[in-house]
Amino acid sequence: MKALYFAWVRERIGRAEEELSPPPEVGTVGELIAWLKTRDEGYALAFENAAVIRAAIDKAHARHDTAIAGAREIAFFPPMTGG
Amino acid sequence: MTPTLRIQSAPFDPAQEAARIENGRRDIGAIVSFTGLCRDEDATLAALELEHYPGMAEAEIARVAAEALSRWPLQALTIIHRHGRILPGEKIVLVIAAARHRGEAFAAAEFLMDYLKTRAPFWKKEHRADGSVGDWVAPKAKDDAAAQRWRE
Repeated sequence: MKALYFAWVRERIGRAEEELSPPPEVGTVGELIAWLKTRDEGYALAFENAAVIRAAIDKAHARHDTAIAGAREIAFFPPMTGG
Repeated sequence: MTPTLRIQSAPFDPAQEAARIENGRRDIGAIVSFTGLCRDEDATLAALELEHYPGMAEAEIARVAAEALSRWPLQALTIIHRHGRILPGEKIVLVIAAARHRGEAFAAAEFLMDYLKTRAPFWKKEHRADGSVGDWVAPKAKDDAAAQRWRE
């Protein structure tokens, strides 16, 4: 699946997007965050406070307990500050 | 009724957008227009950089607009949100709601702004007047509380 990162999540990871192939035991958004966190220091910093991280699957908001099966695009970002 | 929804880097003119809604109609009783601007934060801010998630921003604003249309009998609705570099004094967001009566127009405009703030994928980064790159703007708890009250 394609992963997208925005705002300070993007800056800490050091890239805006990439292709991910998580192992089969990674079943939810929250588990994907936990898996990404172990990749390197940038990811660890981006996801150090996982509870504040928002996610979207195929351009719709998704909770951390949402299953990622079938997702084409998953995005991670901080709480929104538009308006 | 099809709402006008735009995400753009170019400036917009609220008066022109409101005039487009009126446009000779005789059935509208109330137009509420909200414009959000970039503050200079006591002259410490040089600009805001608004990052957005292309595709999702459009989709989410359409979802929020549909929710407003299901709650209030609006006669017209315009939502414009800018992205990119925005200078103090420039406009960032516009919501215009038209209805037969003011209560519906006021409520819909407030609901839309509360929802856009907490659901539309936009993030603000500060560029400071001293030339340094500032922080990402932190979300405000009162914005979450403002959005939450519409669910009660």
